[in-house]
Amino acid sequence: MNGAPGLHHLRWVSERVFSPFGNIVLVVVFLLSPVAVRAQEHVHAETGSEQSEGLRDPHTYSDGYTLTSGPYTLNRERSLHLADEMVFWGMGFDRMERGLGSDSDPTVFAAHLWAGNSYEQLLMKIEGELESGSVESTTTEFLWSHAVSPFWDLRPGIRLDSGEAPDRQWLGLGIHGLAPYWFTVDVSAYLGEQGRSTFNLEATYEMLLTQRLVLEPRVELNAFGKGDSERRTGSGFSDAAAGVRLRYEFSRRFAPYVGVEWRGYFGGTADLLPPGTDEHETRLMAGLRFWF
Amino acid sequence: MPHRPSARQAFERIIGSGGISRRQFVHRLVGSGVMLGLSGGVLTAERSQPVNKNQQLTGRKFDLVIEQMPVNITGRPAMAIAINGSIPAPTLHWQEGEEVVVRVLNRLSEPTSLHWHGILLPYQMDGVPGISFSGITPGATFTYRFRVQQSGTYWYHAHSGFQEMSGLYGAIVIAPRSNGEIPTERDYVVQLSEWTDEDPMALFRKLKSKGHYYNFNQPTLPEFLADVRSLGFGGARERREMWNTMRMKPTDLGDLSASALTFLMNGLTSADNYTAPFRAGERVRLRFINAAGNTFFDLRIPGVPMTVVQADGINVEPVEVDEFRIAPGETYDVIVEPHSGTHAIFAESMERSGFVCGSLTSEPGARADIPATRPAEWLSITDMMGAMAMGDAAAGHSAHVANEDLAENNPLVRHASSEFGASTDMRVDMPRTNLDDPGIGLRNNGRRVLTLADLRSAAAIPDVREPAREIELHLTGNMERYSWSIDGLEYGKSTPVHFRHGERLRVTLHNDTMMTHPMHLHGMWSDLEDARGNLLARRHTLVVQPAQRLSFRVTADALGRWAWHCHLLFHMDAGMFREVVVA
Repeated sequence: MNGAPGLHHLRWVSERVFSPFGNIVLVVVFLLSPVAVRAQEHVHAETGSEQSEGLRDPHTYSDGYTLTSGPYTLNRERSLHLADEMVFWGMGFDRMERGLGSDSDPTVFAAHLWAGNSYEQLLMKIEGELESGSVESTTTEFLWSHAVSPFWDLRPGIRLDSGEAPDRQWLGLGIHGLAPYWFTVDVSAYLGEQGRSTFNLEATYEMLLTQRLVLEPRVELNAFGKGDSERRTGSGFSDAAAGVRLRYEFSRRFAPYVGVEWRGYFGGTADLLPPGTDEHETRLMAGLRFWF
Repeated sequence: MPHRPSARQAFERIIGSGGISRRQFVHRLVGSGVMLGLSGGVLTAERSQPVNKNQQLTGRKFDLVIEQMPVNITGRPAMAIAINGSIPAPTLHWQEGEEVVVRVLNRLSEPTSLHWHGILLPYQMDGVPGISFSGITPGATFTYRFRVQQSGTYWYHAHSGFQEMSGLYGAIVIAPRSNGEIPTERDYVVQLSEWTDEDPMALFRKLKSKGHYYNFNQPTLPEFLADVRSLGFGGARERREMWNTMRMKPTDLGDLSASALTFLMNGLTSADNYTAPFRAGERVRLRFINAAGNTFFDLRIPGVPMTVVQADGINVEPVEVDEFRIAPGETYDVIVEPHSGTHAIFAESMERSGFVCGSLTSEPGARADIPATRPAEWLSITDMMGAMAMGDAAAGHSAHVANEDLAENNPLVRHASSEFGASTDMRVDMPRTNLDDPGIGLRNNGRRVLTLADLRSAAAIPDVREPAREIELHLTGNMERYSWSIDGLEYGKSTPVHFRHGERLRVTLHNDTMMTHPMHLHGMWSDLEDARGNLLARRHTLVVQPAQRLSFRVTADALGRWAWHCHLLFHMDAGMFREVVVA
């Protein structure tokens, strides 16, 4: 049995979506996504106007003067630079957790490092699993995060999968942002060598039980355009996770948590699981979220 | 006396430094009543080292030395920046009509500057590095020299990065040329400010990662459930719907809070208890200055009515109030005639995370009881949608009539083309233009609260010309990205605003954000108008509330380049800043 009956249907759909034709559709959808995002913003900006005429040119009042030209300028070079022209950076571990089930449970981490300003950032993301002291697998992404609307960023970049299985490289395009009702959404599609493609979706939500006690549901979904037996992935939807983590924010930057997460493998991927691995597992975990 | 760790230090050792502020801690102790009897003792044990040397400098020539100073304001040592070894800096007493010379020596390892807030002077003396001069390099002395053309209460502060938040601020009291002052027996400067042990830029950086980092009054699930019980599920959902779709927090009243800041009155914490003594029957003038980088204060002296006689250094027709909100950059002079006893001078931060309290007392050594604090209130629909929401509320019997009304009164709003990108998370199409709103947290509280509509300059505003043209600027921002701008453009992307020399023009500020912005124009007065164009009062700092649109007139008589910005320092530094060229 490959999972529940409903999952068979899912597999049927996913095999068609992730066909070579599906890959083209995926790319087109992502190229159009900035347009879609902008349209979505306008729908939801309730007090926002959609005026195409009657807009002011914000530079009209300058009468041609600039910060470095015109009367009374100090120097040719501008010396006053505020934080909008500064480069900020930050790094953090969104998740660093270990299963509470058995000693063999891996340590899972998801970290990020960014540098940039409000609208343009270089971003490195690493997710991985450590098992008995060695790196089981990592997914590293180098992204350019480019703001396309108040709440959404477009993130082209590269992704490197490595670890015990053979390495894979991908070109990717992601959309990251805050959807209405405060869902943080990260959707990415990637094209790899030999016609491979993959798709990843993550969504989280922060539910404040108190000002410091935060319950965070999180879902994740992965899919592949074609099977890759060396990495034990089949085509179609490969795996999904859904969990909740309850953290206590001693400060916003330092929050230990406990959580429970369900993970399932589907279709071809479920068929390729190493012996002894369950298609569905639920685990309890404890972890730490911190950034600086 | 041997050093003994305070309860707070012990507590922090357990929960970590970001856990709880001194103010919240003291407040909880007091508020819970658990240690009410002991609270005086707790406060005394936490007494910090005084940083205010209370220097009063008079004359025409002043020597100021800017240098680092070790302080202990929160219970742990930190480094501040002081002038002549004092925070606040010495109070400068000037005389209208005289020329003053202020020599400023920089003993820091970084450039610094001093700006004379609200003072009319040649632009080269205005003290904004990169606009009016090149700043004061380490080891250098800059000599400010100008003739004083005004009188009243003003202040001065650094205009370099966040140095102001590290202690570089002081009061200026200018005596009028003619002896027209209201006679009082006592005269005190009461300077409100804030302190952080951290580098202010570290706070800014955290906001850059998470805009709501310091907001500990966010909506929670238990609140939602309580609303479900009282309003039903639909009602609870409806109350949140707009906030959720717009991705804004209804309690986003301040970017920082007492979780990062310690609020000070004349450089003293509540524990240190700034004291203004008086004798029964005396009239006391209190010159309030908000020198905080980011905090609005709601000020009251419970049981003592205050007569506001001056705003931003300009005498106003006296107006008696119980409470007023003071924004960073503003000054208000009030006269009180307290009955004998001890009264709290109570300044509660607008976002309701904390307060600072001093004592107005006829009993030497007495400490006022700390008044009850108020919870944070949700911003109203009016703060979000301006007149559109007010129309709905006013409609009552007929929405149709209200809408017709609105169409008539609604000004022609012209958004900038640059307001439709990632920098601007909301726009207001039907702003409110009334000035009689005291603002969020002060509405309908049973007290007489000062509003802009209450202010009338005592002397006629000299330039009665009708404005020949109008400049419209929109205040914009994106809380999630923590970016602040004007017309959707930060300073670095902006071009200057050109005022033609000698012209009288109308400036309209339109707030397309949910936050309140005190806008400070350097070098020239901002003559506030009401929605019908009647002149009300001269100001140097004008507070624009969320979804509000207001206008003022400017006489462009000061040649040069000037700064014009939100006086919330973090908004200013994020880019809510413009250069003005008068030429």
